[in-house]
Parts: sequence; C-alpha cells; structure tokens
Amino acid sequence: MMSLQEHSADGPPDAAAADRAVLLAELARVLPSDALLFADEDLKPYECDGLTAYRCMPWAVVLPQSEAQVLAALKVCHDRKVPVVVRGAGTGLSGGATPVVQGVVLSLAKFMRILEIDPVARLARVQPGVRNLAISEAAAPYDLYYAPDPSSQIACTIGGNVAENSGGVHCLKYGLTVHNVTKLRVALINGEVMEIGSHALDDPGYDLLALMIGSEGMLGVVLEATVKLTPKPRTAQVVMASFDSVIEAGNAVAAIIAAGIIPAGLEMMDKLATAAVEDFVHAGYDLAAAAILLAESDGTAEEVAEEIATMSVLLENSGARQLRISQSEAERLKFWAGRKAAFPAVGRITPDYLCMDGTIPRKHLAHVLTRIAELSAEFGLRCANVFHAGDGNLHPLIMFDARNPGETERAIAFGAKILELSVDVGGTITGEHGVGIEKVKQMCVQFSREEIDAFHAVKAAFDPLALLNPGKAVPTPRHCSEYRLTGSAR
Amino acid sequence: MRDRVDEFRSRILERKPLRLRGGGSKDFYGGPLSGEILDTRGYSGIVGYEPTELVITARAGTPLVEIESALATRRQVIACEPPQFGAGATIGGTVAAGLSGPRRATAGSLRDFVLGVKLMDGEGRELNFGGQVMKNVAGFDVSRLVTGSLGTLGLILEVSLKVLPQPLAETTLRFEMPQNQALAAMNRWAGQPLPLAASCWQDGVLTLRLCGAKAAVLAACEKLGGERVAESDAASFWAALREQAGEFFAGDAPLWRLSLPSVAPPLELPGPLLIEWGGAQRWLRGTVDVATLRETAARAGGHASLFRGGDKSGGVFAPLPPALMEVHRRLKQSFDPYGVFNPGRLYPEL
Repeated sequence: MMSLQEHSADGPPDAAAADRAVLLAELARVLPSDALLFADEDLKPYECDGLTAYRCMPWAVVLPQSEAQVLAALKVCHDRKVPVVVRGAGTGLSGGATPVVQGVVLSLAKFMRILEIDPVARLARVQPGVRNLAISEAAAPYDLYYAPDPSSQIACTIGGNVAENSGGVHCLKYGLTVHNVTKLRVALINGEVMEIGSHALDDPGYDLLALMIGSEGMLGVVLEATVKLTPKPRTAQVVMASFDSVIEAGNAVAAIIAAGIIPAGLEMMDKLATAAVEDFVHAGYDLAAAAILLAESDGTAEEVAEEIATMSVLLENSGARQLRISQSEAERLKFWAGRKAAFPAVGRITPDYLCMDGTIPRKHLAHVLTRIAELSAEFGLRCANVFHAGDGNLHPLIMFDARNPGETERAIAFGAKILELSVDVGGTITGEHGVGIEKVKQMCVQFSREEIDAFHAVKAAFDPLALLNPGKAVPTPRHCSEYRLTGSAR
Repeated sequence: MRDRVDEFRSRILERKPLRLRGGGSKDFYGGPLSGEILDTRGYSGIVGYEPTELVITARAGTPLVEIESALATRRQVIACEPPQFGAGATIGGTVAAGLSGPRRATAGSLRDFVLGVKLMDGEGRELNFGGQVMKNVAGFDVSRLVTGSLGTLGLILEVSLKVLPQPLAETTLRFEMPQNQALAAMNRWAGQPLPLAASCWQDGVLTLRLCGAKAAVLAACEKLGGERVAESDAASFWAALREQAGEFFAGDAPLWRLSLPSVAPPLELPGPLLIEWGGAQRWLRGTVDVATLRETAARAGGHASLFRGGDKSGGVFAPLPPALMEVHRRLKQSFDPYGVFNPGRLYPEL
C-alpha cells in the first residue's frame, strides 16, 4: 500500500511517542473510556475510508457520545496542535476521512438520532451520524423524503454528505446537498459553536452555509443539520434506450434538455459497465449497445405519461436501437438496479478499482470517452464508464489488481490523466466525491497559485492553525511544485 | 475588454475605497454608499451560452435584460427570477445583491443557480471559482459565498449560471383567505407533490402560481379549486411583484423585509403586509421600532432587514453573533485586505 509522504512527521520518534502519551492522557480525562481508541487493533478499521488505496494509522480515534465531549476533544487537540480528521460512515471515495499521521480521528458514528421531523415545515433536524436513507425512511409516513441520493445512501451519513456536497442520480432536478440543507450547527476547531443558516430561506451576511457544504471537513465539525424534505412524487417511470454509439446517446440527452424537460434522472453506461452490471443484476440490458441511457420522469401520473411519451419520441429520433419503458414499479427498480449497483458490479470483475469523478461539458463526452479508451490501452488497464448524463458528471471505473507490482501506481496515473482531461475540456476534477487526498495534486491543474492561496485563506478564517483535515482538498505549494515537475500544473 | 480589466485592476491597486456599480438599480439596497464609483457597465457580453448544457456565462456588466432575452430565444430562464429594479440592472450587480424573485421558494435562490464566478480581489488578482458545469466540488464554494455579499469581497468580473427550461404550462389561481388560513394552506400544499411556483398573499387574497408540465398544472387546478386568473393579468401580476412595481411597494414609507420560516404564524406587527415565498418572505411598510421588529423576527426563527428607504442608522441587516462576525471579518480581510470594496455596504465592520 502507498504511504503518504506529505503527512509523515519530522522529528525523533521517541519525542512523538511522548507527545502521543500526553495527548491520550488528556483525551482520557474528557472522554469515557469506551469513547477513546488507541490500541493498534482498534485503530485498524479507521486507517482508510472508501478510498482503500490510501491508508494511515492515526494516533487515536475518539467516538464521543455528546456534543460536550466533541467540544472537549476538539479543545484538547487544538491546544496540543494535533490534527483532527472527522469521520462519518467512512464511505467517501476521495480519502477525505483518511487519517493523517500523528492525528486524531473524530468519529461521529454515535450521533445517530433524528431529532425532529417537521412535516408542515418540511424539515428534518438530525445529528451528523444519521444515515442519508434513514432520513427518507423517517419522513416516509408524511409522504416526504430527503432528495439527494448518493449511491452509498444506505450507509453514508448526513455529516459526510455535508462535507462532500454529495449528489446522486436525481440531482439535476432536485439539487445537491448544498440545495437541500438549510441550517448547520457547527463546532470550530477551538471548540466554539456556531449556528449557520436557519429555517428561513436566507440569512444575513455571507453565505457561510454554501462555504461549509463541500468543505471536506476542513472548516468545522457538523454537530447538527437541518435538511429540507421534498414531497414524494406520486409516481415515476423510466425509459431505457440503447444506442450504437455514445455520440448518439449524448445527442439524445441534449435533445431531451433542449425540449424543455428536466428528467428526474438521466444516466448513461458504456458497454463495459453495462456488461458488468447485467451479469450482476440481470436487468435485461442491451449488451450489444455502445451505450445505455436511462431517463426517468416523476410526478403525477398524467405528468409522467406526458414526459415519457415526449422523451420516447426524442430518443427514437436520436437513433435509439431499442427502447423499453418500465411497466411497473418493480420493473423501474430493476432498470435502475444495474446503474445503482455499477460500482459493486465492477468490483466483481476486478480485484480493485478506482472510481474517478470528473465533470465535463456534455458536448465533449465523445471526445473524452475516446481519449479514455486510448489511455486505457496505453496503461493496459480496463475502464468502465458510468455517467450522470444530465449534469455531465463522469465516473470512469479504472480496474486493476493491487497485488501486481506497480499496478496501483499505474491506475492512479491513469486516473490523473482523466482528471487533467476533464479540466482541459472545461470541466472539473471532482463533481461530487470531493478532492480529499486522491485529487489534491490535480487541484494544481484546475486552479492557479493565487486561487489556491485564496482557498488557504478561507480555511484560515475558520481554522487558523490548519488542524482540521490538513493536507486534504487544498494543495500545499509542495504538492503543486511536485506536480509541476510532471508538466501538468498551472 | 482586457483594457477594462487592467483599468479595474489599477483602480483597485490605488487601495482607496471603491463603490462597485453596474446599472445602479440597487443603489437603494444595503448600507450607506461610500467610495468612488467603479462602473462595470460596458464590461459586458455573453461569453458562452450552451442551452443543452443549461449554462450561461456573461461578463459582469452585461444587462440582465440582455441575458434574459438570449435565454428566451431558447425558451430558457433564470428560474429564481432575480428582480431588475431598474432598466440598467447588470448580471454582476444581480449576483452581488443575491436577490431572488417570486419563484424562489420552489425553484431555489439565485445562489443555487450560481455555478462559477471570476473575481478580482483586493490585490488585483483574477481568481476563478466554481466553473461552467453543474456539479463541481473542487475547492471551497467561493462563488456562492460571493453571491449576496454586496460586492464586499471583490469585483465580480464574470458569472456562470445554471439556467432551466421555461415551464411548459403556467396557471394562476386566486383564493379569498385571511392570513392565518393562507399561511396554513401554502405550507400544506408545499408538502404535496404539486407544481407550485410562486405565491403572494395580500389583503385577504392569496394568489398562487403553478408551473410545470401541462398535465401536472391541469391536475393541480382541479385539486386546488380557486378562481382562474386570465393569462395576461397573471403575467403582469407576477412581473409587477418581481419588480416591486405594485401599489403595495409605492411611496416613500420604509420597506422592511422579514425572512422567516414559512410556518411562522402571523406576526403582531403594525403596517401593511405582503407575503411571498409560501410564507417565508414577508414585506412590511412603515416606520417601526427596529429593535422590536428584529426581536420579533428572531423569535420566529428569522431575521428582518431594512430593504428600501427609512433610516439606515440602526443598521440595514440583522446584526450577527460575535463568532459569526469574526469569521466574516477574517474572510473580508483575506479577499480585501485594504478595505477597498464597498466598505460598510453589508455591515459597518466589513
């Protein structure tokens, strides 16, 4: 496994051991014994998040049960200048929750309470460790739900969603986390607590809520979140269309949007991804097609019928070779099952994979996929592509075997090329997974030195000592100079 | 256009207070005006418009009307309907003010549609944040931070917005209803899958706008009842509301804006009242005691600001708690270390 040189500490090891002992003693004073982990075997499960290619053993993991304990633990770390990495369910794919050397992991896993569902105000007030899907389940009796639905929604927590500004397959119509959170209670690293946002639709002063959402745990610790609940559509239906080329599929997406329709979901899979998922879920996908498109409509029965009819015509006119409309809720879920299970399905056909997350202007889709295919041949690694076609968010899944020497590095290099390609065509290195550790060097491709300085200044406004998740998301000058050696940074 | 950018930079580098200004349509808004005018007009033009990608990018001085007419040719809109408040409104000023119009409660706010900005900071550096794509989590979300910051963090040079299709169908309904019933009804309906777009209650009349697929709007009309408003009357009603051109907004009496949870009950306040955004935005006319008003709004879970006219010496926007203000100060300091941009327009401290 790779080690992260950026985070390794200088100084003699025995001094570090002494520092660690002092820290543990101080944490033990403010936390119950079962809320402090420090034995190697207890720390092991926390050494990585969903990005398993990067691992690091922290000094300690704290699992507070009350806000007072969180604040006390933060204060200890702040006073001792020990870095803190906040963790929810650890499902993140960019290493946002990877521990840092000589740091503490603050797990909010025990904050699992849904504090309030207000069906009239259409709001849910929840603790940060509440799972995304649990909110929708709690709101279901009122015919409401929480709209953002990342693939990991069974497991991922709302605190993590806030940190990453998570999306999902329905965000073209219903928005990302930033559009669906109205208030946060946040602890700063010094233990100070702030309320950001409100249950009104706006707040005086700067939009700190927008800044906090997607800040990858670098500005503050979410203690509580109030999220918007959306009325459940009466019904939903999906059209599945297959195409002989990705260009046709891309044009079909453009035609739907040009016709004034914002589908509830609009997803594409390439041939390799389709084959992997068909083998896994047996949804009856067209295996001969170059691309499969799923277009969902939701709303009242009349509305859905109208939209599905319009979309079907547009898809046919765009050259769809096959068209299937879900005839029941079970069939709709079956059509979706493959797309939703794309990552695990690919996981079945390869020992390891890296999931990339660039967003591109859709008009460049064909060029980008062609280039990815070329890179795939160049690096000798297979790559399946799933695509949130409505909003241009592309997830190439690079398959590799970490047991083969050098293959992990090759996969990472391949991924870096894809990210650079996304930036080249006017897109971004991350649409919804975050920068974390994984893409921190590619930030130097997307942003200038001055822009990165501005990000550091924003962080310093909340965390002057740079103790919250240091080394993530915003590159240091060293990251960029290293990257510049490869000729890619700006 | 590069010349204009160089000119902006040299003005900024003089390190003297500047009053950033487009068409001046929102001069009335925010704290007292100070500093020499830096005029963004002429630094204009749509840089890119991709209807099928739902993205438009324009220079700050581009008139909002120009953007909206370009969108209209492709049957698209800025769905939150930001008000112009005057013929000269520019997109830069619109984003700096961060105001949204009638559809805000259901379509989202202007900040929800901001995808990226190019900003010139207090050191004269051109900084790009966000981008031209819908989903983008690279770097902190500075473009949304800048939205509504009243120009205090830097000079917006360019803006990228997410745009949406015009609704395929639209109908306006009218109901006779006292305030408490209207608030209850708006919140009840908002919890149902109805194609609600905008609402307005005034003097015992609730006006409701539905936008969406034809079938959805028809079905909702059937379900909700009420009296159908003729299409042209409806269009002028919502346009007037968006631009605050109606009788309620006429005259010199101070205009207060209360931003509240939509479920806040009717507030005991003197003066004429107009409610929008399903109960979440309430306008009040007249001279009121600022302290009482702010306290009432805060107790209801929201805040009150002096939107137009009146005595600004009591502060325009609700004061911030010290910890929040400290973060504001540090952010201001980092983007505008020499206090050049619109000093005092948002808060005296910034």
